[in-house]
Amino acid sequence: MHVVVVGAGVIGAACAEALSAAGATVTVVDRSGPAAGTTGAGEGNVLVSDKEPGPELELAQAARRQLPELLAKLADELGPELSDVEWQPKGGLVVATTDPRPLRDFAERQRTAGVTAHEITPEQAFELEPNLTREITTAVHYPEDGQVQPVLLATTLLSAVRQRGGRLLSGVTATGATKSALVTDSGTIACDHIVNACGPWAGDFASKLGAPLPVLPRRGLILVTTPVADLVRHKVYDADYVGAVASGDADLQTSTVVESTPAGTVLIGSSRQRVGFDETIQVDVLRELARKAIRLFPRLAGVNVMRAYGGFRPYTPDHLPVVGADPRVPGLWHATGHEGAGIGLAVATGRLLAELMTGQEPHVDPKPFRVDRPGLAA
Amino acid sequence: MTIVVVGAGPAGVNAAVTAARAGKDVLLIDSAARIGGQYHRQSFRAKEIRVAHERVRHLPDTTVWAIEDNRLHLTGSRVVTAEKLILATGAYDRTLPFPGWDLPGVYTAGAAQAMAKGQGIALGRNVIVAGTGPFLLPVASSLLDVGAKVRVFEANSPSHRWLREPTALFAGRRKLLELTRYAKVARHYRERTAVIAAHGDDRVREVTVAELDDNWNPLRQKRIAVDAVCVGYGFVPQLELAIAAGCRLSDGFVAVDEQQRTSVPWIFAAGEITGVGGADLAADEGVIAGAAAAGVQLGLTVDRRFADALTRVYAVKDGWKSWLTDDTIICRCERVTRHRLQEATGRGATATRAVKLASRAGLGPCQGRICGATVADLLDLDPTTFARRPIATPIPLGDLAANPVEEQ
Repeated sequence: MHVVVVGAGVIGAACAEALSAAGATVTVVDRSGPAAGTTGAGEGNVLVSDKEPGPELELAQAARRQLPELLAKLADELGPELSDVEWQPKGGLVVATTDPRPLRDFAERQRTAGVTAHEITPEQAFELEPNLTREITTAVHYPEDGQVQPVLLATTLLSAVRQRGGRLLSGVTATGATKSALVTDSGTIACDHIVNACGPWAGDFASKLGAPLPVLPRRGLILVTTPVADLVRHKVYDADYVGAVASGDADLQTSTVVESTPAGTVLIGSSRQRVGFDETIQVDVLRELARKAIRLFPRLAGVNVMRAYGGFRPYTPDHLPVVGADPRVPGLWHATGHEGAGIGLAVATGRLLAELMTGQEPHVDPKPFRVDRPGLAA
Repeated sequence: MTIVVVGAGPAGVNAAVTAARAGKDVLLIDSAARIGGQYHRQSFRAKEIRVAHERVRHLPDTTVWAIEDNRLHLTGSRVVTAEKLILATGAYDRTLPFPGWDLPGVYTAGAAQAMAKGQGIALGRNVIVAGTGPFLLPVASSLLDVGAKVRVFEANSPSHRWLREPTALFAGRRKLLELTRYAKVARHYRERTAVIAAHGDDRVREVTVAELDDNWNPLRQKRIAVDAVCVGYGFVPQLELAIAAGCRLSDGFVAVDEQQRTSVPWIFAAGEITGVGGADLAADEGVIAGAAAAGVQLGLTVDRRFADALTRVYAVKDGWKSWLTDDTIICRCERVTRHRLQEATGRGATATRAVKLASRAGLGPCQGRICGATVADLLDLDPTTFARRPIATPIPLGDLAANPVEEQ
């Protein structure tokens, strides 16, 4: 079985890895190269804390279980350098600065779905994060939350694909398909299946194949500071994070996510805005991010912000990913629509897609992610 | 409404004064305390330069950190709205990496010049100036003036190469005459020679000097003792504001027409960001840009023939890549070695963003200003992709968070 995966972001890479592990011959094509789009503009969140009980949380929990196992397996296969993705299972801390009840209720619902969510006192939160604002009303510690460096994760997965004989074709643009081949600007590639892992451009690619898909870009911006020692230890969020992720409003939304990286920089996210593929920077958005981050960590006011980067996240009307076969076009599969959670959902998405394609028992319920579900109807 | 000029070097100052003479109010913004830019900063002549026009207001110690439509965001939580914008942000030294270039005692040629001319301090008693380009000569001359023993190694062979540029030579005859000012450097000067490695534990003590072939591959080598090395391989244009404003680029510089207009109708560009050609050309371009921004036709055009020939005669040749070893530092901020960079490409990273994030090259405090051109050359990437900096200069988060004050 020969599968062509279109898109070398983390989702395409994870699908390609899982398919090659299942014995398929895999070719990955990307017009720019690995992690050049959405993945390269991501924070690297591997989160369960921000998700309501439901299909996305189930996928996230599955991915969270699989990721360390997969990384250990790839370390054997690729060696320590190529398998290093800066995986940090450092845990997340969600804090409320106003009414504590919504966060408490949310955590309670998550616990019933199997998420480890410890409600802790402000004093305990200050022990975990000494520089945190004193103006918090409650906090929930999520030990399962973690972080990877997204470009490293994508390229590690693709390295495994190539090690197993698969191909990575960078600078090749997919333009269409025939019954038995992908058509690109550098010739056709005969294959049995095509996986659309084009992220925010997945709708565009699907249209070319005669199977429109309501995937739209949502802009996200992240600020990066100069390196500072030990200012932030976990992934720390304002409790309003959840509301922003689930909303479909075009208006700007920001909710604070503050975390440090192994390089010592502090990442401050994130905003969500439907502005099409507009890349221009908006200072108001940056200012809002800065204000909210300083509210959580007052010491950040004196730290320099060194760069801002933006990316486009693929979102669907019902905010669920699309994973599975497209009944309209035989041989076409989709793996997209993960919005800002793609890094954390990638490995389970890849595994689910491979299971569906090879006829194995799926490890999570695939129905909510079907392309012909009502939630995707316009 | 105001004409805003960013950069107070020869291009920016001339643009500001010309626009003011045409009756416009001008705001001249520069990151330094005094006007003059990189060219005059190091020079005692800076005292002679004044922007003596009542319509020009000079805003020193100020950096434009973002452009959003015609709103310029300034350091110190200030903002200004520009009717017309003239970008004259100049260029900075290009260095090439070689084993040991990160040792204390290895400087950029510009830094050496600033110390020698600005403060009368030589960086060492026994100094080597290495690189390519006419800028090496004033640097060496300044070092001789402050009593250092100096040797100059020019990697190209301009004395032969200029003979193939008769038109440009004629166009630049005035510039060439200026070079006679540096005649005292001649007996310390060698062509087709470069410093390809620096040695020392705590600081540079010795360097490996090599004769080069036409492509800069090392031929005969020897080690010599030194106190300091000053390296300059031309200049890198400071493009981030032009890129953020959406100005079209061409061959790595801001594309302009004869009136110094960029592809963005209300934005003009002058000086080194439109092509490296030295202070006189920059000043002329500034005059034209200032007039054009003020809506005045001067009927002047600049002669770029000499400047264009400079880029051919003093081109950086690929052979420098053979000076590197696996553990040679490529990105100083993040201490990224060539090995680490190759590992990133070995993972399959090809796009600039992916290469940066997989290797960390260009992610440190200088944001790729020093290593961007190097990484681009090594991996065959477009160097201007390293100049995408929506936040053009680091600013405190507290300043970003504050409500900005309108600068009148």
